[in-house]
Amino acid sequence: MGWRMSRLFGCFALAALLVLAGCGLAGCGRESGARAGSLPAGKAASSRTELVLASTTSTQDSGLFEVLIPAFEAAYPYRVKVIAAGSGEALKLGETGDADVLLVHSPAAEEVFMQQGFGLERRAVMHNDFVLVGPISDPAGVKDMKDAAAALAAIARAEAPFFSRADQSGTYARELSLWETAGVVPQGDWYKSTGQGMGETLTIADQSGGYTLSDRATYLSKKASLSLEVLVQGDKALLNQYHVITVKKARNLEGARAFLNWIVSPQVQNGVIATFGVEKFGEPLFVPNAGQSG
Amino acid sequence: MAVFWDALKEAVSLLVRGDHYVYEVIWMSLRVAGVATVLGVLVGVPVGAWLGLRKFRGWGVAATFLNVGMMLPPVAVGLFVFLLLSRQGVFGSLNLLYTPAAMTVAEFLIAAPVIGAITMSGVGSVPKEVRLQALGLGASRWQSLWVVLREARVTLLSAVVAGFGAAISEVGAVMMVGGNLSSGGHNLTGTMTTATMMLVRQGKYAEAMAFALILLFIAFLITLALTYLQRGVRRRWLQS
Repeated sequence: MGWRMSRLFGCFALAALLVLAGCGLAGCGRESGARAGSLPAGKAASSRTELVLASTTSTQDSGLFEVLIPAFEAAYPYRVKVIAAGSGEALKLGETGDADVLLVHSPAAEEVFMQQGFGLERRAVMHNDFVLVGPISDPAGVKDMKDAAAALAAIARAEAPFFSRADQSGTYARELSLWETAGVVPQGDWYKSTGQGMGETLTIADQSGGYTLSDRATYLSKKASLSLEVLVQGDKALLNQYHVITVKKARNLEGARAFLNWIVSPQVQNGVIATFGVEKFGEPLFVPNAGQSG
Repeated sequence: MAVFWDALKEAVSLLVRGDHYVYEVIWMSLRVAGVATVLGVLVGVPVGAWLGLRKFRGWGVAATFLNVGMMLPPVAVGLFVFLLLSRQGVFGSLNLLYTPAAMTVAEFLIAAPVIGAITMSGVGSVPKEVRLQALGLGASRWQSLWVVLREARVTLLSAVVAGFGAAISEVGAVMMVGGNLSSGGHNLTGTMTTATMMLVRQGKYAEAMAFALILLFIAFLITLALTYLQRGVRRRWLQS
């Protein structure tokens, strides 16, 4: 039985080795080092403090951070770690101090967050809009309707499949308020919850021939792989406002403040945000509006 | 730490109360993983046994493939199944995407190689003489095969248990092809793993904890079963 034991031991050794190798590649334990203020290894990162930005999946999925974060990191000595969650979870991370700065789009929940004293400063950053997307066949006949709530009511009447994120995201919060405006309680086999991010929900709606409410940015960035079409847009009730909030319990408050002031500055507003997406989609994905009060 | 204990308490209460969504999800997980394991046995055991008993030209390649299959990245499996079942895919017309059937296929593809590979090594380590002796005593080819499988039964059971473990703990593939859908508070295609991910994302730690507890309990049962099986063998060896 000796060889059996040694083979077993060999397996464990191999497994341990694989785990270690995986850590090396993925960077396990990086966070603790960064939290302590410096990193034991890696020259480029050694002078950088971590800044945790909690934001929404829709912002992440749009690809904005791939432009925004490198630009910020080039200007400031922070390494930004983006946590993309629903607005609800992002705010919760702000409550617990697990995030330093938030970029979210759930105005009602944000105001509660500020009233409860979890945030320090809140500034409008940009807006885009929500769009009601669905299959080209449009079984509920909502194409080009001007009133988003009325369109949802039509979908409910037709009992056409509708996919809801049901995940405490800003998008879901908006969907709920539209149902409320429509005076419809969405219920039945046609109304399904994915509990997932915007990108996944669009894929599911697309594959199942259903409708969903999406932010325009995520829809446009995924459009190439979808056969869904924008059916309803332009309603005021579909406007999607983003705010940046510095967290009171932030571990890196200095970095959070720097990020807030940076993202509302004219050069970022006009130079980064206003131009993002133009090259790829022929139209900007976000409209900067830090100048106006949010 | 308070968050942890609150979630734990609430989780136990959800399980005791018999929250219908929680139970639907548990049942879905067990059902999909169970069916996937049965299918995995039907395919994995014959293939594994064949490779364990026969050496032929290209055997090394086949055995390597089986062993690689054991380590198939679930996310890759999920992507393949997704693309095959998607509307643009080869099997798109079957409308199987986002159904328990699609999830079963994905979990089957993950469980079957595990079952096959373990069966292969189990059958391969049964001394040749066992089969020869059976044949010498007048057993038919199928009867002698049965004798070998019986001899390797502990490894075979371990294979089944390991296959089930791989299937029920799978997240990525099931999320991709199942979609974790629910409707009106009733579960459609959520499993304990995908629902846990979703619930954590929503900050609903209590429900997430309930599923984590059940998964831990299943892992515990599996480990217990494996340990028991292995110790059983050792005892028999000591006696003989």
